[in-house]
Amino acid sequence: MRLTGAEIIVKALEAEGVEVVFGYPGGAVLPLYDKLYDSPIKHILVRHEQGAAHAADGYARATGKPGVCIATSGPGATNLVTGIANAYMDSIPIIALTGQVALPAIGRDSFQEADITGITLPIVKHSYLVKDVRQLAAAIRAAFHIATTGRPGPVLIDLPKDVTVAQAEFEYPPQISFRGYRLNAKYNATQIYQAARAIGESRRPVLYAGGGVISSGAAGELLELAEKAQIPVTTTLLGKGAFPETHSLSLGMLGMHGTKYANYAVSYSDLIIALGARFDDRVTGRLDTFAPHAQVIHIDIDAAEIGKNVRVHYPLTGDVKQVLRDLIPRIEVPQTKEWLEQIQQWKAEHPLAYTKEEGMLKPQYVIEQIWELTKGEAVVTTEVGQNQMWAAQYYKAIYPRTFISSGGLGTMGFGLPAAIGAQVGRPGAVVFDIAGDGSVQMTSQELATAVQFKLPVKVAILNNRYLGMVRQWQELFHGRRYSQTDLVDTPDFVKLAEAYGAEGIRVTRAEDVRSALERSIALPKPVVIDFVIAREENVFPMVPPGESITKMLGG
Amino acid sequence: MRHTLAVLVENQPGVLTRVAGLFSRRGYNIESLAVGQTHEPSISRMTIVVDGDDRVIEQVAKQLDKLIDVIDVQDITDVEYVDRELVLIKVNAEPSVRGEIMQIVDIFRARIVDIGQRTLIIECTGDEGKIRAIEKSLKPFGILELVRTGKIAMVRGPKYEEEKQ
Repeated sequence: MRLTGAEIIVKALEAEGVEVVFGYPGGAVLPLYDKLYDSPIKHILVRHEQGAAHAADGYARATGKPGVCIATSGPGATNLVTGIANAYMDSIPIIALTGQVALPAIGRDSFQEADITGITLPIVKHSYLVKDVRQLAAAIRAAFHIATTGRPGPVLIDLPKDVTVAQAEFEYPPQISFRGYRLNAKYNATQIYQAARAIGESRRPVLYAGGGVISSGAAGELLELAEKAQIPVTTTLLGKGAFPETHSLSLGMLGMHGTKYANYAVSYSDLIIALGARFDDRVTGRLDTFAPHAQVIHIDIDAAEIGKNVRVHYPLTGDVKQVLRDLIPRIEVPQTKEWLEQIQQWKAEHPLAYTKEEGMLKPQYVIEQIWELTKGEAVVTTEVGQNQMWAAQYYKAIYPRTFISSGGLGTMGFGLPAAIGAQVGRPGAVVFDIAGDGSVQMTSQELATAVQFKLPVKVAILNNRYLGMVRQWQELFHGRRYSQTDLVDTPDFVKLAEAYGAEGIRVTRAEDVRSALERSIALPKPVVIDFVIAREENVFPMVPPGESITKMLGG
Repeated sequence: MRHTLAVLVENQPGVLTRVAGLFSRRGYNIESLAVGQTHEPSISRMTIVVDGDDRVIEQVAKQLDKLIDVIDVQDITDVEYVDRELVLIKVNAEPSVRGEIMQIVDIFRARIVDIGQRTLIIECTGDEGKIRAIEKSLKPFGILELVRTGKIAMVRGPKYEEEKQ
């Protein structure tokens, strides 16, 4: 059956099980949009292409399925760049389809031409510029395969307009393989045995879980290992939800804004079992003082992560879930009783805490209330900055894929479009975007998308009229010289919400937090809650940049 | 330390950019890169010479291996291999010194591939040491232009005796 390129794309997306795409039309993708018009695939029209990429990203994180976004050529494509980089840094499977000028116009600086495959080269797992309609189906098949297997990541397909109107036989390859893309695990029985023995011999072990535990679906195995071996678990920002933070073995998050007890545990441990985590600098602090007494077992699907930042004694390259399934039956249970008592003591001595002040609305309290009300059943996305770190500290994630945050790239403006994507993927869930007033202004136009598609996301703005995290650094490291961080004239977010057709609620007093949250959840529409919080509240504890993670300020 | 990497890649447009880009964005300096099609037309082979300590090179090789279009990466630094470079040197050559230059060319088993009124172009292949030596020998005459291909390398096969066993 001969089909046009655009028809092939739609057929291929359907064959991949794609139910929804996020995008923004334009000249170069008109043929594709024309075919989407007749397709059962739902299209969410965002208000800026960056929103499409983040929404696809949020959808992927919330559902475990790849997210798809579409943009036109030139500025449409370049507007995706931040979202693609964000997905790349956090290893999220998204497929970005970009329109391109017709083949004869490529390379002539034609109207709305941008070399998007060139521009995105360092921030994609792979990319295709499809020059022949006969290769289109295979390219899409390959893109989904590459994006979702191994270490997941974004794949871009650039589609010249004439390729989308040319015709070819539609044959969708049932499977695809590449000579250079092998997913074989690189460990053997001896290595498993050695790692199992190291666990048995350790006295102060710590499990350090990253986003890889969530993407490989290994939360169950992690829980089994932790309970069987009685090993405490700390997670990264991306690992939140991999292990229930209400569990007695949970240490919460580690690193720059981690709990003191997590950082102490890692620093005094004799064995770190790293699972799908990459020893990011926000986690390790000063590398030469990181976990000085610990041997390291590193389980990761990406061989390049093993030994990249810290010395690894027991490398196990493979899918976390599979490796844990091999490992768990073989481990010898270590004697951790004294270690767990020590950790209990640290927990008692250094709990996460903030001071409550009369007449001041504290952001930590707002997040505690969101957690109390939703009991960890909500899907929470965050913006970037103080709001993100307070959310990470005070929202106890219990389930995988319920805490969605821009970790690697730290993208301001991520939270609202990601919440939209998450709500599309999980229509029955209560979805909160925990936001800062600075961050949310980067993509607040997506409120229109939420309203148009009846996506009842709740945007909880922790409004301190500052670029709070930058201000905090200025306070601590630049002598309180608040250069360009004062957002004193932030918009009236209640009116902004109303202008878009959403509901707006303002809360200035602690006693009104709970009722406002309850009301927002009860309303079947997007709600913006403007929590006017204490202006100069800081995120503590904090490890100053470049310091050892035991040297925490505050908290 | 300098490492020599032998990299097999899909013979497709954009592969060189992906490989070279990987080096530059991680701040690793490529000293030499030679690329060409192999006997299998769909596969190209790159010989990359890169400077860095063992940890850095291990990371480079692993990152290279992650590229979808990269089929195989081998660090052949510590195995026995044959390597060659090709150089073309245009040298000042007044008739009075041509005899002397031709002697040098003979010694290096190089070839003269062009004669101008006052210049010669010399072609020479060999390992890096030989290329350096001929360049040094010709320098006194005045080198006008010099172009090198970069190193290509191939691991030696098993010794004849080893294969018989």
